[in-house]
Amino acid sequence: MENSRRTFLKIAGISALGLSAKPVFNAFAVSEEHGGKKEAKVIQKKGALTAKRWAMVIDTTKFKSAKDLEPIIEACHKIHNIPVFENKRHEIKWIWEEEFKHAFPDLENEHINDRIKSLPFLVLCNQCQDAPCVRACPTKATFKQEDGIVAMDFHRCIGCRFCMAACPYGSRSFNFRDPRPFIKETNKKFPTRMKGVVEKCNFCSELLAEGKQPACVEASGGALVFGDLDDPESEVRKLLKSNYTIRRKTALGTGPAIYYIV
Amino acid sequence: MLELALKGSKRYYGWMTALLAVIGVGFGCYLWQLSFGLGITGMSRDVSWGFYIAQFTFLVGVAASAVMLVLPYYLHNYKAFGKITILGEFLAVASVTMCLLFIIVDLGQPMRALNVILYPTPNSILFWDMIVLNGYLFLNIVIGWQVLEAERNSVAPPAWVKPLIYLSIPWAVSIHTVTAFLYCGLPGRGFWLTAILAPRFLASAFAAGPSFLILLCLIIRKLTKFDPGKEQIQTLAKIVTYGIILNVFFLLCEVFVVFYSKIPEHMDHMKYLYLGLHGHGVLVPWMWTSVGLMLTSIILLVNPITRKNESVLAVACLCVFFGTWIDKGLGMISGGFVPSPLHHVNEYVPTLPEIIITLGVYATGFLVLTALFKMAISVKEELSA
Repeated sequence: MENSRRTFLKIAGISALGLSAKPVFNAFAVSEEHGGKKEAKVIQKKGALTAKRWAMVIDTTKFKSAKDLEPIIEACHKIHNIPVFENKRHEIKWIWEEEFKHAFPDLENEHINDRIKSLPFLVLCNQCQDAPCVRACPTKATFKQEDGIVAMDFHRCIGCRFCMAACPYGSRSFNFRDPRPFIKETNKKFPTRMKGVVEKCNFCSELLAEGKQPACVEASGGALVFGDLDDPESEVRKLLKSNYTIRRKTALGTGPAIYYIV
Repeated sequence: MLELALKGSKRYYGWMTALLAVIGVGFGCYLWQLSFGLGITGMSRDVSWGFYIAQFTFLVGVAASAVMLVLPYYLHNYKAFGKITILGEFLAVASVTMCLLFIIVDLGQPMRALNVILYPTPNSILFWDMIVLNGYLFLNIVIGWQVLEAERNSVAPPAWVKPLIYLSIPWAVSIHTVTAFLYCGLPGRGFWLTAILAPRFLASAFAAGPSFLILLCLIIRKLTKFDPGKEQIQTLAKIVTYGIILNVFFLLCEVFVVFYSKIPEHMDHMKYLYLGLHGHGVLVPWMWTSVGLMLTSIILLVNPITRKNESVLAVACLCVFFGTWIDKGLGMISGGFVPSPLHHVNEYVPTLPEIIITLGVYATGFLVLTALFKMAISVKEELSA
């Protein structure tokens, strides 16, 4: 009796271990026929804007002061239900302004011209080609879409904040508390978040799917240009061809998709 | 064997009750954190990991240090350690338990923790950390239990335990290496972006863990009939000596590279920790205390006269333990986040509820440690009686 109970418990224990290990082994078994499941395919809506790799050019010569940036930031934060907290530690931001020396700390130059010195720069997620946050995420809650956008699944995120440590641009925010009571006006077309998950700019994937340009681009009056980096005829490529542009911290090899005309 | 942990003296029950009380208060604060969110901590958008992850990092080291008993005993047949290997293994069990708890309390959405297994992501170092930590916990529970049970029954441990013991040796190294890889593989975090991080972690681990074990041995000798042994303590002391010297050496290597190359992205974190940056420097007195403690301990440990005096050795071990704790449990994590990648200086200071939750986790670890040690020592007392 004693013996058989012991054997039973042993077998039960080993089986439980085996069951919990199954998804782990599945991850290594890349072969499709083994899984028996086909990869899910993303179906594009009619009229959706599509690209091989989305990118943005910010023409900073079109900005004079922080006032010019306000409507752009406001447009993004409004449609994405960004809360406003008094406590700076809990701050959430998708797109915001920084001085040149903070946006480009590796290009520090004390004798930089007056215009750049006083000009506020817009910073946002760089939608990196080789994104460190995607590499770091332990649940694939942060992942790369086929169009190059680094997207987030707020429902899968466990809130470990490894992605925040991995991002060299400080582009990610964490919901340190329930954001919902602090949203001025909720946009029902975009999900609000719950406490304990990370979020960041999504290049307005939800608007692209409806055939619209990102909200910041719309609000910029032509200073922000959005397009397909892989299409030589796109407006983005034309601008890159005719202007000298810089990107943030290129030495890190992340391949930012945000270009700045200075 | 578990029944041995349930019977004890009044002092034993008193200690366990006190620990349970601390756990209770910590758990209460954790419930508050669970309902409010991590906003009750001092963490911020810029310093997104704080006290919890720092304790986790430090304790992974304490856990890994069990190998410093297992390796000499099983690979070099150093018989003296046979008596106390079980203490190292059980210390590892308690430490890994705390590590896992610290990860859980740091999660924004702890109820989704299993997503790490449900959506396994081998390119994430956190995935591997989950595997090595749980594996190490499992190995040490099984090995410790089997060896102790065999000792109690005066038989040899089952043959299948041997391969597990051998496996546990590289596995111990792996837990701290993988934990270092969490940090040192991140671009844009100059403080951690150094290949010496894993060796440095291991060096401080092999100093902190055995020094704590020496202190435990001294306490055990005082409170119980089991004597861990003079020779054992002295050998451990030599291991601590090598560990702490290596740790300080590695730190000096970092200091040289950082301040001779003068690359701001790497240098500014060191400046922040040891000198203060742009008028901010809450950690400066702590970091110099750490340096002072580690240097004092080296002086006391290298000199055989002081090392062989067990009261002085206890002081040296306290210096090692708190010196490395400040280095890793305070400076290592927030030092990597200040200044931020955009070169803003936003400091981090843990809040009171954060510290209480931390104490709750430590109390849980001590509860596990006391129960396991009680078992081990009761078996040893039974045998000698």
